[in-house]
Amino acid sequence: MIKMRLFMTALFCTVVSFVATAQESATDAGLMRSNGKIFVVMAVVLTILFGLFAYLISIDKKIARLEKEEQSQ
Amino acid sequence: MIRKYWWKIMSIALLVYTCTYGFYVKVPRLDDRMKESIRNFFFHVPMWFTMMILLLVSMIYSIRYLRNPIPKNDAYAVAFASTGVIYGLLGLVTGAIWANYQWGSPWSGDPKQNGAAIAMLIYLAYFVLRGSLNEDDKKGRIGAVYNIFAFFMLFPTLWILPRLTESLHPGGEGAEGNPGINGKDMDVQMRTVFYPAVIGWTLLGVWISTLKIRYAILAEKKYNND
Repeated sequence: MIKMRLFMTALFCTVVSFVATAQESATDAGLMRSNGKIFVVMAVVLTILFGLFAYLISIDKKIARLEKEEQSQ
Repeated sequence: MIRKYWWKIMSIALLVYTCTYGFYVKVPRLDDRMKESIRNFFFHVPMWFTMMILLLVSMIYSIRYLRNPIPKNDAYAVAFASTGVIYGLLGLVTGAIWANYQWGSPWSGDPKQNGAAIAMLIYLAYFVLRGSLNEDDKKGRIGAVYNIFAFFMLFPTLWILPRLTESLHPGGEGAEGNPGINGKDMDVQMRTVFYPAVIGWTLLGVWISTLKIRYAILAEKKYNND
């Protein structure tokens, strides 16, 4: 349980830092605005992807916990 | 395999690679008829590849169920079939979005579009059939027989009939099939994204399926204990 929380926090931090860096480069009109703002789309897609991964991992952990309980009975 | 995690990390890595380098990789210009929409090759096409792989696995477990009728084999067949159908529906929707801007309308009655829709309906009938039976044993056996039939219906609907007539999709008859794009238009650089994308999406599909299987096995145990 603690392991899972640690993992989720780590994942959350990565996503937040990713968004933060994305905003940083947007303010200095660098990478994010180059190439017809295609990197904005990339950021959106990656956010969705990471959200889905986090969701999947959390379901996986929940099922694994149930399986452990089942075995110890 | 089902409880190991290295392949889950691989799935995440490959999909992150697809969704970053897929936007960045240099794509062929093809006299500008596709523009950037050619990048849909990395997202729309792997849906169908993954669907075929997941439904093949589902059919294999249906055969195994008929040879050895234990609930585990049936759980595998159902989980892989439902994930496969989800991928198929996503393929239909992404194809319609792409078609709207490339062919002028989301549904132009293209033989491959129609075939894919029929194939999906055949698979939806699999779940209707299972839902209509009460006994688990009957559900498993009749479901397995139907699932094998449904898998082989994919070949005429998706692979053979669309190639016998004119089609907007690659591979049809007529002037190299597709006026806009052909499978051969994918150059070496695009392939370095396309194949990892197929593997990544497939592993993700297997991951979702294994979660469903583990849930089904747990539910079955709980039901037997109570």
